[in-house]
Amino acid sequence: MATTTFSIDASEIRRQFPFFQPHPEMRSLIYLDNAATTQKPYSVIEAVSNFWAHHNANVHRGGHGAGAKASELYEAARQRVAQFLNAREPAEIVFTRGTTEAINLVASSWGEAFVKAGDEVIITEMEHHANLLPWMRLAEKQGATLKVWRITDDGRLNLDDLRTLLTERTRLVAVVHISNVLGVVNPVAEICRLAHDAGALCLVDAAQSVAHMPVDVQAIDCDFLMFSGHKAYGPTGIGALYAKRSLLEAMPPYQVGGGIVKTVSWERLVWSEPPAKFEAGTPPIGEAVGLHAALDFIDSIGRATIEAYEHELTRYALERLQEVPGLRLFGPTPDRAGIFAFMLEDIHPHDIATVLDARDIAIRSGLHCAHPLGARLGGSTARASLAVYNDTAHIDALIEGLHEVRKVFGYV
Amino acid sequence: MFDELYQEIILDHYRHPRGRGELEPPKITQEGFNPSCGDEVILDLRLEDGRISDIRFHGRGCSISQASASMMTEAVKGKTLAEAHALIQQVLAMVKGEAEGDPDALGDIVALAGVRNFPVRVKCATLAWHTLEEALRSAT
Repeated sequence: MATTTFSIDASEIRRQFPFFQPHPEMRSLIYLDNAATTQKPYSVIEAVSNFWAHHNANVHRGGHGAGAKASELYEAARQRVAQFLNAREPAEIVFTRGTTEAINLVASSWGEAFVKAGDEVIITEMEHHANLLPWMRLAEKQGATLKVWRITDDGRLNLDDLRTLLTERTRLVAVVHISNVLGVVNPVAEICRLAHDAGALCLVDAAQSVAHMPVDVQAIDCDFLMFSGHKAYGPTGIGALYAKRSLLEAMPPYQVGGGIVKTVSWERLVWSEPPAKFEAGTPPIGEAVGLHAALDFIDSIGRATIEAYEHELTRYALERLQEVPGLRLFGPTPDRAGIFAFMLEDIHPHDIATVLDARDIAIRSGLHCAHPLGARLGGSTARASLAVYNDTAHIDALIEGLHEVRKVFGYV
Repeated sequence: MFDELYQEIILDHYRHPRGRGELEPPKITQEGFNPSCGDEVILDLRLEDGRISDIRFHGRGCSISQASASMMTEAVKGKTLAEAHALIQQVLAMVKGEAEGDPDALGDIVALAGVRNFPVRVKCATLAWHTLEEALRSAT
């Protein structure tokens, strides 16, 4: 069915992933749930395993060489993230458990210090709960106002709507880069510019974008940006917060404990410089090493190449999804990321997922941790989401599966 | 494989739910949710002389959750609280694969046993029954 030549041979990429190799006890799966988490290449698994096997020691402590080596690997990972995002310096990168913790860090630390009663925070209607609940709670705690930037009917953000929402009381605009439901790629650089013109800061949730397109924090000129390792071919339990250095310096610590003070006595307490100030306790060292390897994996293919390939695959998927009678796709077309949330006839998404699962096709169903958006769309959706190892055969299998779903539920 | 899950009797209850609707007061209302998938079953019931004299459900969700609720309203209407409790336990045990369902006692409901092979769907089948359990607990 596909006549175009694609820029990546996905089968070559899948060879780098144990998950896609034949296994005596497991059925091989067509994995289309990449917006939830991606699979991990050998290189990441080996890097993590090698760290635990040969370099395990705590960081920044202890008078022995192994500790120094662990610190070196951990800081090298930070430097790698800084380079990956084009931050000005590694000190602008704080390791967190993931996107959720990074946003909670900003809401608690920056938010409670700088958002006062009567101030405003703007979030969009398409936010994941990770970029919604911290701001709801902050607004309630501080007596601030949470303003919701509504989406258009085709699932986009209209910049003129933002212009009317911004006031001199706006402290922050928090926006997702790529929606985990609509697949829309938001114009975050323009959004940041509008926020800055109004005297507000801008936060970008990049959980769905960093593994799929180039992300440059200086080009976007965001104040905060975060992502999770596990959605970018890396381990769970590790993610990163980027923030401009001046902000990190002005913000109080999030959690307090070991490793975040220069000096502490009963009389005096001096916090460490960022990023150490925000990394209380022993950090996820092996996971950071795994994240380093994951970013190397991504850049070994190249983000521009990945973006172009996934764009071709997305075009193909959009074409083929249109062939399924009774299928309603959400989000804009044709320019979008490879995340497809849809409804099919009156069949409940959970039923769609079960029939596909029986055909060894993994998709997600439900509200995707975005309940207010789900309410706007009319309920639960089924969601297929792509990564660089998917190809047109996977999409063909999905389409065939959807025809089977219609049959099972009496639509044929 | 999913023929077992989507048996005709289940699809029939899904397409033509029995006991769907709301009751006029006085009534007991209990909401049940599966937040991860968005299934929702809201039960309205009336207790008279220690029996469930009437029961309706509404809400939205997948075929399994809604068919299960439909079958349940048929099965428990007119039952004493003790009988309803016993039935709830029997169904939950069957759906979770802990016990075989007794076709004489359960009737159509034995069709729900098909979810056993679909671990992610067990929650869908049990939602209505857990919600009823909750309603009876808060009522007594």
